[in-house]
Amino acid sequence: MPADTEVQPIVEMRGITIAFPGVLALDGVDFRLIPGEIHSLMGENGAGKSTLIKALTGVYAIDSGTIAVSGSERRFEATADAQAAGISTVYQEVNLCANLSVGENVMLGHEKRGRAGIDWRATHSEAERHLAGLGLRLDSRSELGSHSIAIQQLIAIARAMVLDAKVLILDEPTSSLDRGEVEQLFAVIRDLRDSGVAILFVSHFLDQVYEISDRITVLRNGQLVGEHLAADLPKDALVAEMIGRELEDLAAISDRADREIDRTGTPIVKATGLGKRGMLEPADLEVYDGEVVGLAGLLGSGRTELVRLLYGADRAETGEVAVDGTSVRIHSPRHAIDHGIAFSSEDRRGEGVVADLTVAENMILGIQARRGWLRRVSKAEQDAVVAEYMEALGVRPADPHVPIGNLSGGNQQKVLLARWLATAPELLILDEPTRGIDVGAKADIQRKVAELSEKGLSVIFISSELEEVLRLAQRVIVLRDRKAVGELDAHEVDLDGLVDYIAHSEEGSVSR
Amino acid sequence: MSATDATTTTSSASGAGAKGMIGTFTSRYASVLPTFAAITILIALLAGAEIYFGNFLTGRNMSALLLDNAYLMVLAVGMTFVIVTAGIDLSVGSVMAFTGIFGASLFASGVPFVIVIPVMLLSGVAIGLLIGVLVQYFNVQPFIASLAGLFLGRGLAYVVSLQSIRVEDPVLLWLGSTRFTLGDFYIAPTGVIALLTVIVGALVMHFTRFGRTVYAVGGSEQSARLMGLNVARTKVMVYVISGLCGGLAGLVLTAYTGSGYPRNGIGTELDVIAVVVIGGTLLSGGRGYVLGSMIGVFVFGTINTIINFMGAEQSWTHIIVGALLLLFIVVQRAIVARSDRSR
Repeated sequence: MPADTEVQPIVEMRGITIAFPGVLALDGVDFRLIPGEIHSLMGENGAGKSTLIKALTGVYAIDSGTIAVSGSERRFEATADAQAAGISTVYQEVNLCANLSVGENVMLGHEKRGRAGIDWRATHSEAERHLAGLGLRLDSRSELGSHSIAIQQLIAIARAMVLDAKVLILDEPTSSLDRGEVEQLFAVIRDLRDSGVAILFVSHFLDQVYEISDRITVLRNGQLVGEHLAADLPKDALVAEMIGRELEDLAAISDRADREIDRTGTPIVKATGLGKRGMLEPADLEVYDGEVVGLAGLLGSGRTELVRLLYGADRAETGEVAVDGTSVRIHSPRHAIDHGIAFSSEDRRGEGVVADLTVAENMILGIQARRGWLRRVSKAEQDAVVAEYMEALGVRPADPHVPIGNLSGGNQQKVLLARWLATAPELLILDEPTRGIDVGAKADIQRKVAELSEKGLSVIFISSELEEVLRLAQRVIVLRDRKAVGELDAHEVDLDGLVDYIAHSEEGSVSR
Repeated sequence: MSATDATTTTSSASGAGAKGMIGTFTSRYASVLPTFAAITILIALLAGAEIYFGNFLTGRNMSALLLDNAYLMVLAVGMTFVIVTAGIDLSVGSVMAFTGIFGASLFASGVPFVIVIPVMLLSGVAIGLLIGVLVQYFNVQPFIASLAGLFLGRGLAYVVSLQSIRVEDPVLLWLGSTRFTLGDFYIAPTGVIALLTVIVGALVMHFTRFGRTVYAVGGSEQSARLMGLNVARTKVMVYVISGLCGGLAGLVLTAYTGSGYPRNGIGTELDVIAVVVIGGTLLSGGRGYVLGSMIGVFVFGTINTIINFMGAEQSWTHIIVGALLLLFIVVQRAIVARSDRSR
């Protein structure tokens, strides 16, 4: 077990400050890594974790502060500098080359050379030795791409060992691994720790952090909140440090959504038999005034497909859509927008934000689209709309004139929400609005959805986080294998019940 | 517990029996498959032509295949480097024309070959360096940067001369007209240059860290950078190599035709790209072989020769090469899609 300070830290970062246009990503942060310890870096998205890692690995230049490795101050201009100082990184999206062999990925840049260039036999046997050191028996000549992500992570670690890493940074290494693979990874990490490597671990899975960490440092909004021994920091204290306040808010949101919907009148939107071959079997969907309808199902179950057909982003082959009781044809998003339907895509980067435009410009896009490109939105009107939503959604930084690409995922999502709210839609479709954003922004977005639906906005809410669906929705439609298989009253089902239904339900699927 | 317990059989190649062997094969050699396809097509073409014409597979014919396409082979080597990094070099045809006419005019004014030949090669290198710097440091799309190189090379060629210039230099004539014979087969020094270029190119690609970095950059530039590889130098270097090959091709073509001509090589860049792709190099980068590109050149040359034999219009060459190209791109997509699925 680590004592507090008797071992000399191998890495000491002091007063690290990094500013991006409009955002102070890191503000005078101190951080250290001690040999033979696993040190977890915690914080919400946008707290500055990845910026700190990039500073340590030489990807970003620091604006002020110092980095010392083994007591001597260093300046990292490029990743190669950090690697030369013994700092290696395994990234979440494994940064290896899938087109090359396993052994090459381990050895690239350090291949064994004979008189006639690279000695492949020696190189591969060296690679296999390093892999075996991690308990991996692989064909070193097989292509990297033929192995699972979990194995690729371990291969990336083997590469770090070739570089003789004294510091190993693992950035969200477990996010796409199953339980058994995580065990295997952890065993390797512990072995390395015991051999004296200093390990920096980042994960958003609290259980895993506690399972493996000796020490935990918490960042919030680019500032250091505290450094603790893991054993001294209870989980709720950690969460409190990470997010401050938002936990109770979620309970309040749930109360808010817990109300009866009047389903006697005409639904705002009613789709009958909406389907397309290869995408979705004909499905029905009704949304009433002020109702939040959740769509639940696994990835690829048809959730996204259903709303894309409804919105006209993909063209339905069968079915009818009625808005306010009148049958309409929706062949493109334009038609949908004309009928008061707004859709925020799950693909925030690809189909959501325009990264080079400012926050304000991104917000205005929705209104402009609804109005038609020829009719100008006056400056005064723009400013009013932007100011209103910046305030209402708590977008940070509060400057509407920075490029949206500089914002964290959560704040980008808020801007997208504002974009569609500004068009005053009658039905708002949110596809995974909370994916990959921090806890605080998640709470903000959910609160806003609950608030708006109370005021009469109808919402279709899609999320992989079923707690969110249950918290916000009054009614949940379950999809499986590209088919709507049932409908549940959100008040009458709990999380386990919903999971069970998604996995097993037979009722409701007539054709079985 | 140790990590060893957790991993027992992780490699897809670990299964026993025939299925395991196929697993090993595809997990090791998936990227060779397009090149195998090219070899298959080459053999089929040669065999088909022999059966149809009866006198196709002669030493003379096969030797001419190398002789006539030596310049294309040299260009294809450079282009393979560029395409494996997921780049493209449209300038090669006009670089070849420029260095060719420039060399011819220097020869005509009596400059000795020991100066002319290095100058030709260096002119190619200079244009390649320019393109590489534009691509790497000014973030210009390879397509656009090399298009600029194309216009520059062609313009310079016209500046040197609007007419063809005959070369009387004995060394160059020796390069073009000597025939080393072995039975029915012969090879000219230009053919030797082409084959040496292929061999050196293949060795550099396979047995040097630079060569492996070329593949890494094509596989994922981001990853290569994060692995601490020198991406910037590599990306500039591949265009320099392509430029060097352009200069060398200029020398080979000038020797082959006995003159420089500013209109040489118009559209050749597209032929080169076609042969490289037919030879199994993926336009998306990361996969491909210099030897595959040589096969691609032979496929291209064989189609040309067959068309000649049939006495058909030369334009049929382009139609058939176009069709083959389409076929290959579809085959490659299928292979890539399959290897993506098999993870």
